Amino acid sequence: MKILVPVKRVVDYNVKIRVRSDGSGVELANVKMAMNPFDEIAVEEAIRLKEAGVADEIIAVSIGPQQAQETLRTALAMGADRAILIKTDGVVEPLAVAKLLKGVAEAEGPSLIILGKQAIDDDANQTGQMLAALLGWAQGTFASKVEVEGERLKVTREVDGGLQTVDLKLPAIVTTDLRLNQPRYASLPNIMKAKKKPLDEKAPADFGVDVTPRLTVLKTEEPQGRKAGVKVGSVAELVDKLKNEAGII
Amino acid sequence: MNFGLTEEQQLIVDTTRAFVENELYPHEAEVERTGHLRMELVNEIQAKAIAAGLYAANMPEEVGGAGLDTVTWLLYEKELGRANYALHWTCVARPSNILLAGSDAQKEKYLYPCIRGEKWDCLAMTEPGAGSDLRGMKASAVQDGGDWVLNGTKHFISHADIADFAICFMATGEEETPRGKKKKITAFFVDKGTPGFSVRDGYRNVSHRGYTNSILEFDDCRIPADQVLGEVHKGFEVANTWLGATRLQVGATCLGRAERALEHSVEYAAQRSQFGQSIGKNQGVSFKLADMATELKAANLMVFEAGWKFDQGTVTDQDMAMAKLKATEMLAYVADEAIQIHGGMGLMDDLPLERIWRDARVERIWEGTSEIQRHIISRAMLRAKGA
Ligand SMILES: Cc1cc2nc3c(=O)[nH]c(=O)nc-3n(C[C@H](O)[C@H](O)[C@H](O)COP(=O)(O)OP(=O)(O)OC[C@H]3O[C@@H](n4cnc5c(N)ncnc54)[C@H](O)[C@@H]3O)c2cc1C
Repeated sequence: MKILVPVKRVVDYNVKIRVRSDGSGVELANVKMAMNPFDEIAVEEAIRLKEAGVADEIIAVSIGPQQAQETLRTALAMGADRAILIKTDGVVEPLAVAKLLKGVAEAEGPSLIILGKQAIDDDANQTGQMLAALLGWAQGTFASKVEVEGERLKVTREVDGGLQTVDLKLPAIVTTDLRLNQPRYASLPNIMKAKKKPLDEKAPADFGVDVTPRLTVLKTEEPQGRKAGVKVGSVAELVDKLKNEAGII
Repeated sequence: MNFGLTEEQQLIVDTTRAFVENELYPHEAEVERTGHLRMELVNEIQAKAIAAGLYAANMPEEVGGAGLDTVTWLLYEKELGRANYALHWTCVARPSNILLAGSDAQKEKYLYPCIRGEKWDCLAMTEPGAGSDLRGMKASAVQDGGDWVLNGTKHFISHADIADFAICFMATGEEETPRGKKKKITAFFVDKGTPGFSVRDGYRNVSHRGYTNSILEFDDCRIPADQVLGEVHKGFEVANTWLGATRLQVGATCLGRAERALEHSVEYAAQRSQFGQSIGKNQGVSFKLADMATELKAANLMVFEAGWKFDQGTVTDQDMAMAKLKATEMLAYVADEAIQIHGGMGLMDDLPLERIWRDARVERIWEGTSEIQRHIISRAMLRAKGA
């Protein structure tokens, strides 16, 4: 079976985010970029399914600027077989991404699409769900365990109260949670091989999708700095403050 | 000229950096504080390094290495160099290139097991009486029937305690030259456990805690003729052919540690507040950062230019000497300034700075002292003038 893994280029999780001085967004110039960590988990899961003999081809796809090619190379170096870059300039909103991925899915015919549950840049947590709706496929979101059983898929989900297991019919959509797996390092021999793996370039027009944003960002602000706390002298004072000031107890 | 990294090089840097940060940094404090690297830890990290293809990546692809060009290899060395030396050298070993000079049988016995992580090598040249002046070595090998008989002492031999064999350079005679008598040198493989060969603990060393050095003693140690590496009497020729770039390796690892010290310094100068403002607001501090960054960049350019010329086949001994000299002296300077910027905190072993500062010291001594590098650089200029 074929697995499609969308990967997004985002600011590296180690980087301290700064807001642009004009408030138009987050500073991206000269900032280290990397693959969205949830997408790394998605790539890893796909590779494990391939190593287990369940999958035979892994296609990584990224929607973004030319430099998103680097993110695709990372996916190839981890073990994806080929890659597709849908080149866009500027912001692409989750719905447009989902429409483009639907186009890719229709062209490639994967049985499974594994996405990160969200990208750490805008934390939208929408693409996987929208894609499932557009394709009319089953979805297992926030996966902490994925098991393929013939034509069916068992997905263990991390929900507030604990773990929920859903049984899906393929083709299906899975979105990854943090504890699904520990992604591997792109190994040196695979990095060398990645250069020779195919990377196709496409445009949104190839899929007939209009990616013009529908939302307007009014303002981007730094979060308020944490206000200094107070020191309490005794447990009695603490209880009193929790009761009368904070109103918690 | 193109100074940018290829996509592939960037990925190698990223993977190596991630490995160093996730797998090596967490164990640094233990090694630094105990001065000892536990074998269980080595085995655990080594297995991960092998899986990531980082182990012995300096080696050509045909023999099971990563087949990196010199520039890419140095990028990888630079990242590894950020971490505690014992950890990166032992757990992500780069077997000596000189092993590539061996016969097919020697490659089977020594090279491949080193690449697979089953054996470790060590290289023995220095003696109590012969450091910079290696030709002055006294340890000798004498032919006896089909065997060689080795006698003498080597010291300062890195990681000989865990090595499975030593590549030993021994005096095998003398020849007359216009400039007087000159010793002939031959390289030999000597296995641990060979009768007459013993390895004793060496000295405790200020730099690179956990990275040991040993004293090797040869007492009528008899080895067969097929243990000669390269040709008889051609030991230095073999070494010069295969070990030239190790000076660039030293330089590259220094770049990594200097970069780490600078990163800490920038962070601290921005965060640490005295007299109501961050200390970085004072030019007395910020100009230090500027000079550190500039020196680091200069050294970086020199190491990678020499690496690039190595790949072109145009590198000279002076290029490599200059790169080693600059990178090692730069690290000493950057580490010292980093500590100054951190004040007392810089001396405490909570931060990696005191060890980077200690570790910097050996870099100006091993692989040819700074004076020997200067000698190489100046000799080339003066000889051209007949001086
Ligand atoms: C931690 C450590 C690990 C080592 N590991 C190994 C190893 O694995 N294998 C190995 O074979 N060796 C190893 N060495 C040895 C190292 O290569 C030597 O220490 C180095 O070559 C210098 O020799 P020396 O210490 O005997 O100093 P010396 O040669 O005695 O030098 C003393 C001083 O005199 C100066 N000097 C000497 N000759 C000249 C000259 N012609 N012009 C100007 N100045 C000069 C030197 O620069 C130095 O400042 C190691 C050393 C250390 C410290």
